[in-house]
Parts: sequence; C-alpha cells; structure tokens
Amino acid sequence: MNRRDFLKNTARVIGGITLPLTAFKIINPKELLASTGDKTKVRWVFLVDTYKCVGCGMCVRACKLENGIPYDAKVTRTWVERYVITKDGKTHADSPMGARDGFTTSKIDLGIDGYENINNADIDKGFFVPKLCNQCENPPCVQVCPVGATFQVPDGVVLVDRTWCIGCGYCIMACPYGVRFFHPVYHTAEKCTFCYHRITKGMKTACVDACPFGARQIGNIKDPNDPVTKIIMTERIGILKEEYGTKPQVYYLGLDREVK
Amino acid sequence: MKSHVYRPLWVVIGLVCIILVVRYFYVPKDFGIGRRGYMYGWHRKADVEFWKNYKVKYKGSAYCKDCHSENYNKLMQSPHVIIPCEDCHSPAIDHPMDPQKLQIQKGRGLCLRCHYPLPYPTSGRANIPSIDPDTHNPGTECVMCHNPHNPLEGLK
Repeated sequence: MNRRDFLKNTARVIGGITLPLTAFKIINPKELLASTGDKTKVRWVFLVDTYKCVGCGMCVRACKLENGIPYDAKVTRTWVERYVITKDGKTHADSPMGARDGFTTSKIDLGIDGYENINNADIDKGFFVPKLCNQCENPPCVQVCPVGATFQVPDGVVLVDRTWCIGCGYCIMACPYGVRFFHPVYHTAEKCTFCYHRITKGMKTACVDACPFGARQIGNIKDPNDPVTKIIMTERIGILKEEYGTKPQVYYLGLDREVK
Repeated sequence: MKSHVYRPLWVVIGLVCIILVVRYFYVPKDFGIGRRGYMYGWHRKADVEFWKNYKVKYKGSAYCKDCHSENYNKLMQSPHVIIPCEDCHSPAIDHPMDPQKLQIQKGRGLCLRCHYPLPYPTSGRANIPSIDPDTHNPGTECVMCHNPHNPLEGLK
C-alpha cells in the first residue's frame, strides 16, 4: 500500500464510521410538520366531531363536577350549542344552561323571550357544537392581563393563577370565543384548562371521558402517531374565528358556516 | 438652587425606594417573563404545579370494574356500553371512602338527554331510538320498566 491509497482508505473509513444511521432515514413530512416551532415535545390540541355529537350534555356535567364549577351557576367552562337551520334560511341556536342537562325539548330557548316552536318538517340542518377554550397559540387573554395572572404553559395550555388574578376582567373581554367568566366562589377569572391535572397524568379530560359517542378527543399535535394528529393532518377540519389570528387549537370536523 | 426644589425630589426618590423594597418582598421569586417574552410570558411558575395537583374526581369505568363486576359485565354486553359508569352514577372521587354512596341520577331527564326525539339531519342524534315523553308513560321513572345496564334485556 502506497501513501496515496493509505490516505484514501483512511478518509473512507473515518467518513463511514462518523455517518450516523439517522442520515439514511427518509424524512417524513408529517413528522417535520409536527416538530416545527420550539423544542417542546407536547402541544395539546382538541378535536370535536360535530357529526357524532348528539347534545346529551354529559360533557358539561362532567366538566362542572370535575373542576368545581358551582353546578347551578349559569357559568361553565364548556358548553354545547344547538343549531337548527330551517328551510326559510333562518338559523336558530340555543344552549340552555350550557346544555348541562342536554336538550330534552325540540323548542329553541330564547332566554327572556320564551321558547320558539320549530316544526320538524321545516328543518334543513340540525346539529350540536360543543365549545371550550381554544388554548390559542396567540392567546389575546394572556396578552391583556395587566398583572401576569394568566399565562401559557409550554405545552400550549392557558392557565389562570388564582392567587395572582385581581379580577379586573380584561381577559374576559379580550377572549373572542367568550370562554372566560368569573368563578362564583373565588371571584377570579376562570377558564377551561383542558383538565390540566388529568392530561399531565396521562388521562383524558373529564369531558372526553364522559362523552359516550367519541365526539370529543384530545391529543398531542407534536406526536405524528397520535390519532388526533392523524385526523387533523389528513381530514377536512375547521377552526373558529380564524380571522382573529389567535391560532385556536380546537379543531372541528363538520363545522358549518353558521357556527360563530 | 434652594432646598424647596429638592424637597419634592427627595419625596419622589423615597417613594420609588419604598415601592422597590415592597416589590422585592411581595413579588414571588419565580415570577418572571418566562418563555414567550413580555407579551405572553409574565407569570408565576409555581402556579403550574397548583393546576397539576388539582384533584381528579372522575376515575373512569375501570375503577368500578372489580367491586361492581355484575353490573359492569352486564353493561359491557349492552348497547349502553359506550356510556361511562360515572355519567349516571356521578364521579367516584374516593369512593367507597369518600363519598360512601354515589348520587345516582334516576329521573326521566337523564334518559331523555339522548332518547328525546330530535330528528336532526346531519346529526348523530337522529339515529338514536327515542320516545315522546308526553305520551310514553308520563310521570313514571324509566328504570321502573327498563334496565339501564342492559336495555335490550326486556321490560322488568
């Protein structure tokens, strides 16, 4: 072996042993998509299938009991809206008590104006839309808090610090989705936490567990093998009030344009 | 310059010092701008632990399985298998210690959540068997005749 061959072979061997096996892995676009942005491994997202929801309201009941929201107070972290679109083009929507007791009448609750009868033959579309905090990527409620009492955890969930909140209500005004309210007992701003105490223990949220029909799902968008991520990446999904630029992270299957 | 000009200045400097001292003791050490800067980041880090340690109340149907295996197994064979135990029986929390007995919902309203006729097209609700509560034995509790753990078992 002459000097020339020796140097060539040395370069080959060194190159060969330093090349990591991962270099041969074919890049998966889904994996790339799921890992963009910062380096945290978890980003909680929610998926609502409005075709599956039957408006039983078990999720609302479970949420209130799980999270200690006074049961008879007219506030709730999650609620279900009913939309009935009649042949004359009108949209009728209601959510009596946030659908805590479901929808056990065909009459639409108009609040102080009483009830509106709707003839079944006049209905074009009728469906239920569960709502909850969108855990926005750009949360306007966090932006306006003057004391730093509400904040976003690196995994995307927006929480409220009950000892730090002064109850000014700016965040309640700022939320475009109207998901925030004052807790009747603590008198501080209150909102859906995606059941942070449950998801961080590997459980599902109380509303997801209570739903008999699988209309609600929670997942991690940064895990490409998560069933929720797969649906979001491959199916037709909608989000609420996209035009506000808040980047909401509750995705809907079968969202109608009547839903605001 | 005379001291009457300086006097308010000393007052202002004094106030600023007092505020800084109070702030030093009042604001928790873990309060900071966090990961996302001034716009989204201000918070007290310890509060994340508060929410993580919040008490879990809904334990899931697997929690009921061992002691109430008879009803659990019956439910597993029925179309009501999709309904978690705690939806009707209320959250287990630390049952059987606390609460010793769960508050079971038995009223007609519970069943009507799904079985009131709302034949909405484009909604799963239209496919659920339903009854008209005004004509179907009004005033009677559903469980008088139907077994919620297996509705196909036949009337009691």
